[in-house]
Amino acid sequence: MKKNYEIEVDCANCAAKMEQATRGVSGVRGAVINFIMQQLTVEFEEGADIKAVMTAVVKACKKVEPDCEIEC
Amino acid sequence: MTKKQKKMTGRIVVAGMLFIALQFAPLEGAWKLGASLGIYLIVAYDVLIKSAKGILAGQLLDENFLMAVASLGAFALGVCDGSNDFNEAIAVILFYQTGELFQSCAVSKSRRSITALMDIRPDYAHVERDGQLSTVSPDDVPIGSIIVVQPGEKVPLDGIAEQSDSALDTSALTGESVPRAVHPGEEVMSGCINMRSPLRIRTTREFGESTVTKILQLMQEATSRKSKSEQFITKFARIYTPIVCGAALLLALLPPVVLLVMGHPAEWTTWLYRALIFLVISCPCALVLSIPLSFFAGIGGAGRAGILIKGSHFMETLAQAQVAVFDKTGTLTRGVFEVVAAHHSPYSLQDLLQLAAAAESSSSHPIGTSLRQACQQALPLSDIANTQELQGLGVIATVKNLRVAVGNEKLMEQEGAEALPCHCVGTIVHIAIDHRYAGHILISDSLKETSARALAELKAMGIRKTVMLTGDNQRTAEAVACELALDEVHCELLPAHKVAEVEQLMRSNIGHLFFVGDGVNDAPVLARADVGIAMGGLGSDAAIEAADVVIMDDDPARIPLAMRIARKCMRIVRQNITFALTAKFTCLILGALGLANMWFAIFADAGVLILCVLNSIRAMYGK
Repeated sequence: MKKNYEIEVDCANCAAKMEQATRGVSGVRGAVINFIMQQLTVEFEEGADIKAVMTAVVKACKKVEPDCEIEC
Repeated sequence: MTKKQKKMTGRIVVAGMLFIALQFAPLEGAWKLGASLGIYLIVAYDVLIKSAKGILAGQLLDENFLMAVASLGAFALGVCDGSNDFNEAIAVILFYQTGELFQSCAVSKSRRSITALMDIRPDYAHVERDGQLSTVSPDDVPIGSIIVVQPGEKVPLDGIAEQSDSALDTSALTGESVPRAVHPGEEVMSGCINMRSPLRIRTTREFGESTVTKILQLMQEATSRKSKSEQFITKFARIYTPIVCGAALLLALLPPVVLLVMGHPAEWTTWLYRALIFLVISCPCALVLSIPLSFFAGIGGAGRAGILIKGSHFMETLAQAQVAVFDKTGTLTRGVFEVVAAHHSPYSLQDLLQLAAAAESSSSHPIGTSLRQACQQALPLSDIANTQELQGLGVIATVKNLRVAVGNEKLMEQEGAEALPCHCVGTIVHIAIDHRYAGHILISDSLKETSARALAELKAMGIRKTVMLTGDNQRTAEAVACELALDEVHCELLPAHKVAEVEQLMRSNIGHLFFVGDGVNDAPVLARADVGIAMGGLGSDAAIEAADVVIMDDDPARIPLAMRIARKCMRIVRQNITFALTAKFTCLILGALGLANMWFAIFADAGVLILCVLNSIRAMYGK
């Protein structure tokens, strides 16, 4: 199950860090950030609670880059 | 400019003016410190807040933290050495923020110009409901609706044209500038622009399934797939920052201690200053941003030329390709069989064609189709009877009470007629009438106009080997290979054999290989090759699905063009990597030796990034 989210982040290195952080969240199988399109694609584990996982993803991303926005 | 950028501009301008005023203000001691601190906070407060948050989150080594340390460090130096000179601290942060601002403007500007390139998404559709037109989002149009597209508007959904003729500008999808004519009953692709008269279209797909949506999705996915250079840079970035920061720490501590031990003055401030320079250049943003941006611009530019590259790693491989393998029919040749001549026949070409076409009247074989097309005056169906198709042989039918057999030599043998061979290249259809040989019709497929030029261009670009794989007979294959000056040709192949041939070529270690085919019969070969290029992608989902690179129309000249775009993109990527790394390392060395100041360091950080971003954008205008 893959979903796209609009994001707002200023620097490419921060985006790379957010991508790394998202991959570390449990319930996430894979994550790719397309910095230029300002888009985060998250692939969820089977049966994961998407809402809960995304809350954790936002938290993890805010931790590495306080200045980012993720539209869930 | 975004709101954020405007606010930043305001802060920089205010702080800059105050900073100049401060130079002339007769302030001393604590007053000067206070005023300087005030100006400093105007520009730097967000950096300080972010770095504080970063520390709380356990993210020590981010850019904000580094800038906070560097600028506060410069402040501390001013206090410690008693000079009460805080100019450098303020200037550093002012310069840094200006750099960041430029950077963010450059990035958002380039992002916009690239995404504008892909802006082929239609925003609305005029739907006809109960005889009235209403304008809705293309998402809300069900299959089977009638939509009307005015001249100058984008076709929002795929469908079938009704009633009137018009012409379509397909350049957004194919890069082809010659308009395509549409007649009632023909398929119309979304994303094209209607040029002549209002067009009524009965939709056949929902918006989410429409051509334009699929292409956009593919472009988006393409830019999310990472190439080798991108992966390398990401990995590099992850170790680069900690190493530079570690080096900065060593630079601040080690030399003073060594100096002390050797009995010299420690010069703490000098070394601290040099360490701060290290911190400023420790952000790898220029690399992390400009590499994907170059690929993105390249993919966007290729898209505008009607070439869909499905990922930056294909761009990489295509740029390095050494072997070009082609399918024949429909790729190098037009895939349309045309009747060329009739030989050894007592009948005239048209009379013979009339009989042959009548016998083939119910056949769906391409040969039957081409015979029927070439026949100017078809016989009425009432003249045709007893049609029987013989697998692998041909067709026998009774036409105007004559027994007409149309097929290959074996069929002639069976009919008791002696077939005469043909000295020409092409597909030969023998005809026997009432068991007597009545000559043969020569059908051949003509080369595409641009095939020869495309191949010559590929050779000139340094492709080491050109190969053609075809299911056709040896004579035809060799004639085509000779005309196009191909290095190698393999004929009479089934799709499975083509895969084997491609595998063998890949094992021969000449270099990366790309295969060009039509995407329908060649799907397994497209999948097996290093890069699979499908021709005529527009409207063929199978081709888009199977290939790594899709040429939207069927012009072979776009293959060298795709290679040129890929190569230009890779050149830019290499330039950016080299330039950014050289600038950073030069700055690190000069900084360590005390030859570079803070300004220089900030240029190496933000200036390099801006230059790299601007360079990336060049990939968009590939030719």
